Amino acid sequence: MILGIFQYIKRQTLYYLESFGELVVFGWKGSRSIFSRPFRFLEFVRHFEFIGNRSFFIVALTGLFTGLALSFQVYLGFKIVNATNLVGPVVALGIARELGPVLTGLIIAARAGGAIAARLGSMRVNEQMDALDVMGVDTFNYLIGPRILAATISTPLLTAIFDFFAMFGAWILVVFLVGLDQAVFWDKIAQVVKVRYLFEGLFKALVFGYLFSIVCTFKGYHAKGGAQGVGEATNQGVVNSMVSIIVLDYFLMNLIRLFYYVMGIQD
Amino acid sequence: MEHAIVLKEVWKSFNGNDFVIKGMNLVVPRGSLMAIIGFSGTGKSVILKHMLGLYRATRGEVWVLGQELSQLSHKEMVEFRKKFGVLFQSAALFDDLTVLENVCFPLVEHRRDLSRDEMIKIAASKLRQVGLAEEHFFKLPSEISGGMQKRTGLARALALDPEIIFYDEPTTGLDPVLTEMVDDLILSTHRSRPGLTSVMISHDLHAAFRLADYVAMLNAGQVLLFGTPDDFFNSDNEIVQKFLAKGFKKK
Repeated sequence: MILGIFQYIKRQTLYYLESFGELVVFGWKGSRSIFSRPFRFLEFVRHFEFIGNRSFFIVALTGLFTGLALSFQVYLGFKIVNATNLVGPVVALGIARELGPVLTGLIIAARAGGAIAARLGSMRVNEQMDALDVMGVDTFNYLIGPRILAATISTPLLTAIFDFFAMFGAWILVVFLVGLDQAVFWDKIAQVVKVRYLFEGLFKALVFGYLFSIVCTFKGYHAKGGAQGVGEATNQGVVNSMVSIIVLDYFLMNLIRLFYYVMGIQD
Repeated sequence: MEHAIVLKEVWKSFNGNDFVIKGMNLVVPRGSLMAIIGFSGTGKSVILKHMLGLYRATRGEVWVLGQELSQLSHKEMVEFRKKFGVLFQSAALFDDLTVLENVCFPLVEHRRDLSRDEMIKIAASKLRQVGLAEEHFFKLPSEISGGMQKRTGLARALALDPEIIFYDEPTTGLDPVLTEMVDDLILSTHRSRPGLTSVMISHDLHAAFRLADYVAMLNAGQVLLFGTPDDFFNSDNEIVQKFLAKGFKKK
Protein backbone atom coordinates (compact mmCIF):
# COMPACT_ATOMS: atom_id res chain seq x y z
CA MET A 1 0.00 0.00 0.00
CA ILE A 2 2.68 2.51 1.11
CA LEU A 3 4.97 1.27 -1.64
CA GLY A 4 2.17 1.85 -4.13
CA ILE A 5 1.74 5.44 -2.94
CA PHE A 6 5.47 6.08 -3.32
CA GLN A 7 5.47 4.55 -6.78
CA TYR A 8 2.53 6.75 -7.72
CA ILE A 9 4.31 9.86 -6.43
CA LYS A 10 7.47 8.84 -8.30
CA ARG A 11 5.54 8.29 -11.54
CA GLN A 12 3.72 11.60 -11.24
CA THR A 13 6.93 13.48 -10.36
CA LEU A 14 8.72 11.99 -13.35
CA TYR A 15 5.76 12.82 -15.59
CA TYR A 16 5.67 16.46 -14.49
CA LEU A 17 9.45 16.81 -14.73
CA GLU A 18 9.36 15.37 -18.23
CA SER A 19 6.52 17.69 -19.25
CA PHE A 20 8.37 20.66 -17.77
CA GLY A 21 11.53 19.65 -19.66
CA GLU A 22 9.57 19.45 -22.92
CA LEU A 23 8.07 22.87 -22.24
CA VAL A 24 11.51 24.38 -21.63
CA VAL A 25 12.90 22.87 -24.85
CA PHE A 26 9.83 24.08 -26.75
CA GLY A 27 10.19 27.56 -25.26
CA TRP A 28 13.86 27.65 -26.22
CA LYS A 29 13.15 26.56 -29.81
CA GLY A 30 10.27 29.03 -30.07
CA SER A 31 12.34 31.91 -28.70
CA ARG A 32 15.26 31.07 -30.96
CA SER A 33 12.95 31.02 -33.97
CA ILE A 34 12.12 34.71 -33.38
CA PHE A 35 15.66 35.55 -34.44
CA SER A 36 15.92 33.07 -37.30
CA ARG A 37 15.31 33.98 -40.93
CA PRO A 38 12.95 34.84 -42.47
CA PHE A 39 11.67 37.37 -39.96
CA ARG A 40 7.88 37.10 -40.08
CA PHE A 41 7.07 40.77 -39.72
CA LEU A 42 3.54 40.54 -41.15
CA GLU A 43 2.72 37.56 -38.94
CA PHE A 44 4.07 39.47 -35.93
CA VAL A 45 1.91 42.51 -36.77
CA ARG A 46 -1.16 40.30 -37.18
CA HIS A 47 -0.68 38.67 -33.78
CA PHE A 48 0.32 41.93 -32.15
CA GLU A 49 -2.93 43.44 -33.39
CA PHE A 50 -4.90 40.44 -32.15
CA ILE A 51 -3.29 40.22 -28.71
CA GLY A 52 -2.69 43.92 -28.14
CA ASN A 53 -5.20 46.00 -30.01
CA ARG A 54 -8.18 43.76 -29.56
CA SER A 55 -7.53 43.41 -25.82
CA PHE A 56 -7.46 47.17 -25.28
CA PHE A 57 -11.10 47.63 -24.32
CA ILE A 58 -11.32 44.68 -21.93
CA VAL A 59 -8.06 45.69 -20.22
CA ALA A 60 -9.11 49.32 -19.91
CA LEU A 61 -12.51 48.36 -18.50
CA THR A 62 -11.03 45.90 -16.02
CA GLY A 63 -8.43 48.46 -14.97
CA LEU A 64 -11.03 51.17 -14.42
CA PHE A 65 -13.22 49.03 -12.18
CA THR A 66 -10.25 47.54 -10.33
CA GLY A 67 -9.12 51.08 -9.51
CA LEU A 68 -12.61 52.04 -8.35
CA ALA A 69 -13.08 48.96 -6.16
CA LEU A 70 -9.57 48.85 -4.71
CA SER A 71 -9.43 52.52 -3.82
CA PHE A 72 -12.80 52.30 -2.07
CA GLN A 73 -11.70 49.31 0.01
CA VAL A 74 -8.43 51.03 0.92
CA TYR A 75 -10.33 54.20 1.77
CA LEU A 76 -12.67 52.29 4.11
CA GLY A 77 -9.72 50.67 5.85
CA PHE A 78 -7.65 53.84 6.19
CA LYS A 79 -10.62 55.85 7.44
CA ILE A 80 -10.57 53.75 10.61
CA VAL A 81 -7.01 54.84 11.41
CA ASN A 82 -7.56 58.34 10.05
CA ALA A 83 -5.01 57.93 7.24
CA THR A 84 -7.15 58.59 4.16
CA ASN A 85 -4.38 60.79 2.73
CA LEU A 86 -2.50 57.59 1.95
CA VAL A 87 -5.20 56.01 -0.17
CA GLY A 88 -3.64 57.31 -3.40
CA PRO A 89 -0.09 56.00 -2.90
CA VAL A 90 -1.20 52.65 -1.51
CA VAL A 91 -3.52 52.06 -4.45
CA ALA A 92 -0.85 53.24 -6.90
CA LEU A 93 1.75 50.93 -5.38
CA GLY A 94 -0.59 47.96 -5.40
CA ILE A 95 -1.60 48.54 -8.99
CA ALA A 96 1.82 49.35 -10.43
CA ARG A 97 3.66 46.50 -8.71
CA GLU A 98 1.08 43.72 -8.36
CA LEU A 99 -2.45 44.08 -9.65
CA GLY A 100 -1.53 45.72 -12.96
CA PRO A 101 0.81 43.04 -14.27
CA VAL A 102 -0.97 40.10 -12.63
CA LEU A 103 -4.52 40.99 -13.68
CA THR A 104 -3.44 42.02 -17.17
CA GLY A 105 -1.46 38.78 -17.49
CA LEU A 106 -4.48 36.75 -16.39
CA ILE A 107 -6.87 38.58 -18.72
CA ILE A 108 -4.59 38.26 -21.74
CA ALA A 109 -3.76 34.64 -20.94
CA ALA A 110 -7.48 33.85 -20.86
CA ARG A 111 -8.43 35.85 -23.94
CA ALA A 112 -5.46 35.65 -26.27
CA GLY A 113 -3.75 32.57 -24.77
CA GLY A 114 -6.93 30.53 -25.14
CA ALA A 115 -7.33 31.68 -28.73
CA ILE A 116 -3.69 30.85 -29.51
CA ALA A 117 -3.97 27.32 -28.07
CA ALA A 118 -7.28 26.72 -29.87
CA ARG A 119 -5.97 28.01 -33.21
CA LEU A 120 -2.78 25.97 -33.11
CA GLY A 121 -4.64 22.91 -31.81
CA SER A 122 -7.10 23.16 -34.65
CA MET A 123 -4.24 23.51 -37.14
CA ARG A 124 -2.61 20.42 -35.66
CA VAL A 125 -5.67 18.15 -35.78
CA ASN A 126 -6.69 19.39 -39.25
CA GLU A 127 -3.24 18.49 -40.64
CA GLN A 128 -2.44 22.12 -41.44
CA MET A 129 0.79 21.89 -39.46
CA ASP A 130 1.77 18.75 -41.34
CA ALA A 131 1.00 20.68 -44.53
CA LEU A 132 3.36 23.45 -43.44
CA ASP A 133 6.04 20.89 -42.59
CA VAL A 134 5.88 19.15 -45.93
CA MET A 135 5.79 22.48 -47.77
CA GLY A 136 9.17 23.16 -46.25
CA VAL A 137 7.93 25.86 -43.87
CA ASP A 138 9.49 25.91 -40.41
CA THR A 139 6.44 25.79 -38.12
CA PHE A 140 8.36 27.32 -35.21
CA ASN A 141 9.47 30.23 -37.34
CA TYR A 142 6.03 30.72 -38.90
CA LEU A 143 3.62 29.89 -36.07
CA ILE A 144 5.39 30.04 -32.71
CA GLY A 145 8.02 32.79 -32.86
CA PRO A 146 5.72 35.63 -33.99
CA ARG A 147 3.13 34.72 -31.36
CA ILE A 148 5.70 34.65 -28.53
CA LEU A 149 7.16 37.98 -29.63
CA ALA A 150 3.74 39.62 -30.01
CA ALA A 151 2.59 38.44 -26.56
CA THR A 152 5.87 39.41 -24.88
CA ILE A 153 5.73 42.95 -26.26
CA SER A 154 2.00 43.58 -25.98
CA THR A 155 1.52 42.42 -22.36
CA PRO A 156 3.63 45.20 -20.76
CA LEU A 157 1.98 47.75 -23.06
CA LEU A 158 -1.44 46.55 -21.99
CA THR A 159 -0.29 46.62 -18.38
CA ALA A 160 0.60 50.29 -18.78
CA ILE A 161 -2.93 50.85 -20.11
CA PHE A 162 -4.36 48.90 -17.18
CA ASP A 163 -2.33 51.00 -14.73
CA PHE A 164 -3.50 54.22 -16.33
CA PHE A 165 -7.18 53.32 -16.24
CA ALA A 166 -6.94 51.86 -12.73
CA MET A 167 -5.43 55.10 -11.45
CA PHE A 168 -8.07 57.02 -13.36
CA GLY A 169 -10.73 54.96 -11.56
CA ALA A 170 -9.05 55.53 -8.20
CA TRP A 171 -8.90 59.26 -8.89
CA ILE A 172 -12.62 59.38 -9.78
CA LEU A 173 -13.56 57.55 -6.60
CA VAL A 174 -11.25 59.32 -4.20
CA VAL A 175 -11.76 62.85 -5.52
CA PHE A 176 -15.32 62.88 -6.85
CA LEU A 177 -17.19 60.21 -4.92
CA VAL A 178 -15.46 60.27 -1.53
CA GLY A 179 -14.46 63.92 -1.67
CA LEU A 180 -10.79 63.82 -0.69
CA ASP A 181 -8.53 66.63 -1.77
CA GLN A 182 -7.18 66.19 -5.29
CA ALA A 183 -3.89 67.94 -4.58
CA VAL A 184 -3.20 65.68 -1.60
CA PHE A 185 -4.07 62.61 -3.67
CA TRP A 186 -1.50 63.40 -6.38
CA ASP A 187 1.07 64.87 -4.04
CA LYS A 188 1.20 61.76 -1.86
CA ILE A 189 1.49 59.55 -4.92
CA ALA A 190 4.39 61.66 -6.20
CA GLN A 191 6.11 61.39 -2.80
CA VAL A 192 5.81 57.64 -2.39
CA VAL A 193 5.63 56.04 -5.83
CA LYS A 194 8.88 55.90 -7.80
CA VAL A 195 9.21 55.41 -11.54
CA ARG A 196 11.05 52.15 -11.00
CA TYR A 197 7.92 50.68 -9.35
CA LEU A 198 6.17 51.15 -12.67
CA PHE A 199 9.01 49.46 -14.51
CA GLU A 200 8.98 46.68 -11.93
CA GLY A 201 5.37 45.95 -12.91
CA LEU A 202 6.09 46.25 -16.61
CA PHE A 203 9.01 43.85 -16.28
CA LYS A 204 6.75 41.33 -14.57
CA ALA A 205 4.19 41.77 -17.35
CA LEU A 206 6.86 41.10 -19.95
CA VAL A 207 7.75 37.83 -18.22
CA PHE A 208 4.07 36.89 -17.90
CA GLY A 209 3.47 37.56 -21.60
CA TYR A 210 6.46 35.42 -22.52
CA LEU A 211 5.32 32.68 -20.14
CA PHE A 212 1.68 32.40 -21.18
CA SER A 213 2.55 32.52 -24.88
CA ILE A 214 4.96 29.61 -24.49
CA VAL A 215 2.52 27.57 -22.41
CA CYS A 216 -0.40 28.17 -24.79
CA THR A 217 1.57 27.62 -27.99
CA PHE A 218 3.04 24.44 -26.45
CA LYS A 219 -0.40 23.06 -25.59
CA GLY A 220 -1.88 23.98 -28.97
CA TYR A 221 1.12 22.69 -30.90
CA HIS A 222 0.87 19.28 -29.23
CA ALA A 223 -2.93 18.94 -29.37
CA LYS A 224 -4.24 15.60 -30.55
CA GLY A 225 -7.50 13.74 -30.88
CA GLY A 226 -9.85 15.96 -32.87
CA ALA A 227 -12.19 18.58 -31.45
CA GLN A 228 -11.95 17.16 -27.94
CA GLY A 229 -8.17 17.44 -28.08
CA VAL A 230 -8.40 21.07 -29.16
CA GLY A 231 -10.75 21.79 -26.25
CA GLU A 232 -8.41 20.09 -23.79
CA ALA A 233 -5.38 21.92 -25.15
CA THR A 234 -7.18 25.26 -24.84
CA ASN A 235 -8.34 24.50 -21.33
CA GLN A 236 -4.92 23.29 -20.17
CA GLY A 237 -3.18 26.21 -21.85
CA VAL A 238 -5.34 28.79 -20.10
CA VAL A 239 -5.37 27.09 -16.68
CA ASN A 240 -1.63 26.37 -16.66
CA SER A 241 -0.85 29.91 -17.79
CA MET A 242 -3.01 31.48 -15.09
CA VAL A 243 -1.63 29.34 -12.29
CA SER A 244 1.94 29.89 -13.52
CA ILE A 245 1.43 33.67 -13.59
CA ILE A 246 0.20 33.75 -10.00
CA VAL A 247 2.96 31.46 -8.72
CA LEU A 248 5.68 33.19 -10.71
CA ASP A 249 4.52 36.59 -9.47
CA TYR A 250 5.60 35.69 -5.94
CA PHE A 251 9.03 34.52 -7.03
CA LEU A 252 9.53 37.53 -9.30
CA MET A 253 8.65 39.82 -6.42
CA ASN A 254 11.38 38.25 -4.30
CA LEU A 255 13.81 38.23 -7.19
CA ILE A 256 13.30 41.96 -7.69
CA ARG A 257 13.77 42.59 -3.94
CA LEU A 258 16.97 40.56 -4.10
CA PHE A 259 18.12 42.60 -7.10
CA TYR A 260 17.50 45.84 -5.19
CA TYR A 261 19.37 44.46 -2.21
CA VAL A 262 22.37 43.35 -4.28
CA MET A 263 22.48 46.66 -6.14
CA GLY A 264 22.18 48.57 -2.87
CA ILE A 265 18.93 50.23 -3.91
CA GLN A 266 16.78 51.21 -0.95
CA ASP A 267 13.28 49.79 -1.43
CA MET B 1 14.76 0.65 -62.95
CA GLU B 2 15.48 3.91 -61.18
CA HIS B 3 13.81 4.36 -57.82
CA ALA B 4 12.34 7.57 -56.42
CA ILE B 5 11.93 6.09 -52.92
CA VAL B 6 13.70 3.18 -51.28
CA LEU B 7 13.01 1.87 -47.80
CA LYS B 8 15.68 -0.45 -46.43
CA GLU B 9 14.92 -2.55 -43.36
CA VAL B 10 12.89 0.22 -41.73
CA TRP B 11 11.83 -0.30 -38.14
CA LYS B 12 9.72 2.15 -36.17
CA SER B 13 8.73 2.20 -32.53
CA PHE B 14 7.14 5.12 -30.70
CA ASN B 15 7.68 3.81 -27.19
CA GLY B 16 10.88 1.81 -27.60
CA ASN B 17 9.18 -1.57 -27.12
CA ASP B 18 6.38 -2.13 -29.63
CA PHE B 19 7.25 -1.82 -33.30
CA VAL B 20 4.66 -0.44 -35.74
CA ILE B 21 6.94 -1.00 -38.72
CA LYS B 22 9.01 -4.17 -38.62
CA GLY B 23 11.91 -4.27 -41.04
CA MET B 24 10.05 -2.92 -44.04
CA ASN B 25 11.65 -2.99 -47.50
CA LEU B 26 9.92 -1.09 -50.27
CA VAL B 27 10.80 0.64 -53.54
CA VAL B 28 8.81 3.20 -55.50
CA PRO B 29 9.96 3.30 -59.14
CA ARG B 30 10.57 6.80 -60.48
CA GLY B 31 7.76 8.07 -62.67
CA SER B 32 5.28 5.48 -61.45
CA LEU B 33 1.98 5.82 -59.66
CA MET B 34 2.08 3.56 -56.66
CA ALA B 35 -0.70 2.71 -54.24
CA ILE B 36 -0.06 1.54 -50.70
CA ILE B 37 -2.97 -0.44 -49.32
CA GLY B 38 -3.68 -2.51 -46.26
CA PHE B 39 -5.99 -3.02 -43.29
CA SER B 40 -6.28 -0.21 -40.73
CA GLY B 41 -3.36 -0.07 -38.32
CA THR B 42 -0.87 -1.77 -40.60
CA GLY B 43 1.38 1.28 -40.74
CA LYS B 44 0.37 2.99 -44.02
CA SER B 45 0.28 6.51 -42.62
CA VAL B 46 3.40 5.89 -40.54
CA ILE B 47 5.34 4.83 -43.60
CA LEU B 48 4.05 7.86 -45.54
CA LYS B 49 5.34 10.13 -42.77
CA HIS B 50 8.72 8.41 -43.02
CA MET B 51 8.82 9.15 -46.73
CA LEU B 52 7.95 12.77 -46.02
CA GLY B 53 10.64 12.99 -43.36
CA LEU B 54 8.09 13.79 -40.66
CA TYR B 55 9.13 10.64 -38.75
CA ARG B 56 12.61 9.22 -38.40
CA ALA B 57 13.08 5.49 -38.56
CA THR B 58 14.14 3.80 -35.32
CA ARG B 59 16.36 1.57 -37.47
CA GLY B 60 16.94 1.30 -41.21
CA GLU B 61 17.23 3.76 -44.07
CA VAL B 62 14.75 5.87 -46.01
CA TRP B 63 16.11 7.09 -49.37
CA VAL B 64 14.13 9.68 -51.29
CA LEU B 65 15.39 10.96 -54.65
CA GLY B 66 18.83 9.57 -53.86
CA GLN B 67 19.05 11.17 -50.43
CA GLU B 68 19.04 9.27 -47.13
CA LEU B 69 16.66 11.35 -45.03
CA SER B 70 18.20 10.68 -41.60
CA GLN B 71 21.41 12.37 -42.81
CA LEU B 72 19.63 15.67 -43.33
CA SER B 73 19.60 18.37 -40.68
CA HIS B 74 16.30 20.06 -39.83
CA LYS B 75 17.18 22.97 -42.10
CA GLU B 76 18.23 20.70 -44.97
CA MET B 77 15.04 18.70 -44.54
CA VAL B 78 12.94 21.86 -44.77
CA GLU B 79 14.75 22.67 -48.03
CA PHE B 80 14.46 19.10 -49.33
CA ARG B 81 10.72 18.97 -48.82
CA LYS B 82 10.24 21.54 -51.59
CA LYS B 83 10.54 18.55 -53.91
CA PHE B 84 7.35 17.06 -52.45
CA GLY B 85 3.72 17.86 -52.90
CA VAL B 86 1.12 16.36 -50.58
CA LEU B 87 -2.63 16.12 -50.84
CA PHE B 88 -3.92 15.45 -47.34
CA GLN B 89 -7.02 13.52 -46.44
CA SER B 90 -8.68 16.70 -45.18
CA ALA B 91 -7.00 18.85 -47.90
CA ALA B 92 -5.44 20.77 -44.95
CA LEU B 93 -6.13 24.17 -46.45
CA PHE B 94 -5.33 27.22 -44.32
CA ASP B 95 -8.77 28.40 -43.32
CA ASP B 96 -7.86 32.07 -42.98
CA LEU B 97 -6.52 32.26 -46.54
CA THR B 98 -8.57 32.32 -49.74
CA VAL B 99 -8.33 29.53 -52.30
CA LEU B 100 -5.90 31.57 -54.42
CA GLU B 101 -3.81 32.56 -51.38
CA ASN B 102 -3.59 28.92 -50.33
CA VAL B 103 -2.12 27.97 -53.69
CA CYS B 104 0.16 31.02 -53.65
CA PHE B 105 1.45 30.09 -50.18
CA PRO B 106 4.27 27.72 -51.25
CA LEU B 107 5.33 30.22 -53.91
CA VAL B 108 5.43 33.08 -51.39
CA GLU B 109 7.56 30.89 -49.11
CA HIS B 110 9.98 29.48 -51.64
CA ARG B 111 9.89 31.50 -54.85
CA ARG B 112 10.82 34.93 -53.61
CA ASP B 113 12.36 35.61 -57.00
CA LEU B 114 8.87 35.83 -58.49
CA SER B 115 6.79 38.98 -58.49
CA ARG B 116 3.35 39.00 -56.87
CA ASP B 117 1.65 38.98 -60.28
CA GLU B 118 3.74 36.02 -61.45
CA MET B 119 2.80 34.06 -58.33
CA ILE B 120 -0.88 34.77 -58.87
CA LYS B 121 -0.55 33.74 -62.51
CA ILE B 122 1.07 30.40 -61.57
CA ALA B 123 -1.48 29.75 -58.79
CA ALA B 124 -4.38 30.52 -61.13
CA SER B 125 -2.99 28.19 -63.79
CA LYS B 126 -2.63 25.37 -61.22
CA LEU B 127 -6.20 25.93 -60.08
CA ARG B 128 -7.43 25.81 -63.66
CA GLN B 129 -5.37 22.66 -64.24
CA VAL B 130 -7.29 20.88 -61.47
CA GLY B 131 -10.58 22.20 -62.83
CA LEU B 132 -11.50 24.91 -60.36
CA ALA B 133 -13.49 27.78 -61.83
CA GLU B 134 -12.25 31.33 -61.35
CA GLU B 135 -15.37 32.38 -59.45
CA HIS B 136 -14.10 30.34 -56.48
CA PHE B 137 -10.58 31.80 -56.35
CA PHE B 138 -11.38 34.42 -53.75
CA LYS B 139 -13.53 32.27 -51.49
CA LEU B 140 -12.38 30.89 -48.15
CA PRO B 141 -12.05 27.09 -47.83
CA SER B 142 -15.15 27.01 -45.61
CA GLU B 143 -17.17 28.52 -48.48
CA ILE B 144 -16.41 25.79 -51.02
CA SER B 145 -17.42 22.12 -51.24
CA GLY B 146 -15.30 19.14 -50.18
CA GLY B 147 -14.49 18.34 -53.81
CA MET B 148 -13.33 21.89 -54.45
CA GLN B 149 -11.20 21.76 -51.33
CA LYS B 150 -9.51 18.63 -52.68
CA ARG B 151 -8.89 20.38 -55.99
CA THR B 152 -7.43 23.37 -54.17
CA GLY B 153 -5.27 21.08 -52.02
CA LEU B 154 -3.97 19.38 -55.15
CA ALA B 155 -3.31 22.71 -56.88
CA ARG B 156 -1.31 23.79 -53.82
CA ALA B 157 0.62 20.50 -53.89
CA LEU B 158 1.45 21.17 -57.55
CA ALA B 159 2.43 24.82 -57.07
CA LEU B 160 6.17 24.20 -56.85
CA ASP B 161 6.19 21.54 -59.60
CA PRO B 162 7.25 18.77 -57.20
CA GLU B 163 9.08 15.62 -58.21
CA ILE B 164 6.92 13.43 -55.99
CA ILE B 165 3.28 13.83 -55.05
CA PHE B 166 1.86 12.01 -52.05
CA TYR B 167 -1.86 11.39 -51.65
CA ASP B 168 -2.92 10.54 -48.11
CA GLU B 169 -6.25 8.71 -48.34
CA PRO B 170 -7.52 11.21 -50.90
CA THR B 171 -11.03 9.80 -51.24
CA THR B 172 -11.83 8.81 -47.66
CA GLY B 173 -15.17 10.23 -46.61
CA LEU B 174 -16.21 11.36 -50.09
CA ASP B 175 -19.34 10.25 -51.93
CA PRO B 176 -18.97 8.00 -55.03
CA VAL B 177 -19.24 10.90 -57.50
CA LEU B 178 -16.57 12.94 -55.73
CA THR B 179 -14.44 9.83 -55.30
CA GLU B 180 -14.43 9.26 -59.02
CA MET B 181 -13.69 12.91 -59.66
CA VAL B 182 -10.68 12.84 -57.30
CA ASP B 183 -9.46 9.55 -58.82
CA ASP B 184 -9.60 11.05 -62.31
CA LEU B 185 -7.82 14.13 -61.03
CA ILE B 186 -5.00 12.02 -59.61
CA LEU B 187 -4.63 10.13 -62.86
CA SER B 188 -4.71 13.24 -65.06
CA THR B 189 -2.22 15.00 -62.77
CA HIS B 190 0.12 12.03 -62.89
CA ARG B 191 -0.07 11.80 -66.67
CA SER B 192 0.27 15.54 -67.16
CA ARG B 193 3.93 15.50 -66.14
CA PRO B 194 6.24 12.77 -67.39
CA GLY B 195 8.65 11.66 -64.69
CA LEU B 196 6.32 12.65 -61.86
CA THR B 197 6.22 10.01 -59.13
CA SER B 198 2.94 9.61 -57.28
CA VAL B 199 2.41 7.69 -54.05
CA MET B 200 -1.13 7.10 -52.87
CA ILE B 201 -2.21 5.71 -49.52
CA SER B 202 -5.69 4.34 -49.98
CA HIS B 203 -8.46 2.21 -48.57
CA ASP B 204 -10.24 2.37 -51.88
CA LEU B 205 -9.26 -0.79 -53.74
CA HIS B 206 -11.12 0.19 -56.90
CA ALA B 207 -9.11 3.37 -57.17
CA ALA B 208 -5.85 1.68 -56.18
CA PHE B 209 -6.14 -1.02 -58.80
CA ARG B 210 -7.56 1.26 -61.50
CA LEU B 211 -4.97 4.01 -61.14
CA ALA B 212 -1.78 2.47 -59.86
CA ASP B 213 1.10 1.05 -61.86
CA TYR B 214 2.27 -0.75 -58.73
CA VAL B 215 0.56 -1.70 -55.50
CA ALA B 216 2.13 -2.52 -52.15
CA MET B 217 0.04 -4.21 -49.52
CA LEU B 218 1.14 -3.77 -45.91
CA ASN B 219 0.40 -6.21 -43.15
CA ALA B 220 1.69 -6.25 -39.59
CA GLY B 221 4.30 -3.57 -40.28
CA GLN B 222 5.77 -5.28 -43.33
CA VAL B 223 5.15 -5.39 -47.07
CA LEU B 224 3.04 -8.46 -47.65
CA LEU B 225 2.94 -8.17 -51.42
CA PHE B 226 4.40 -5.72 -53.94
CA GLY B 227 3.54 -5.88 -57.62
CA THR B 228 1.26 -4.82 -60.42
CA PRO B 229 -2.52 -5.02 -59.95
CA ASP B 230 -2.47 -8.28 -61.93
CA ASP B 231 0.02 -9.79 -59.48
CA PHE B 232 -2.53 -9.17 -56.73
CA PHE B 233 -5.40 -10.77 -58.58
CA ASN B 234 -3.20 -13.77 -59.34
CA SER B 235 -1.84 -14.06 -55.81
CA ASP B 236 -2.84 -17.08 -53.77
CA ASN B 237 -1.86 -15.44 -50.50
CA GLU B 238 -4.77 -15.90 -48.11
CA ILE B 239 -4.54 -12.45 -46.50
CA VAL B 240 -4.34 -10.73 -49.88
CA GLN B 241 -7.37 -12.61 -51.18
CA LYS B 242 -9.31 -11.88 -47.98
CA PHE B 243 -8.46 -8.18 -48.23
CA LEU B 244 -9.43 -8.01 -51.90
CA ALA B 245 -12.65 -9.90 -51.30
CA LYS B 246 -13.63 -7.62 -48.43
CA GLY B 247 -12.56 -4.46 -50.20
CA PHE B 248 -14.41 -5.14 -53.43
CA LYS B 249 -17.46 -6.56 -51.66
CA LYS B 250 -17.73 -3.41 -49.55
CA LYS B 251 -17.60 -1.33 -52.67
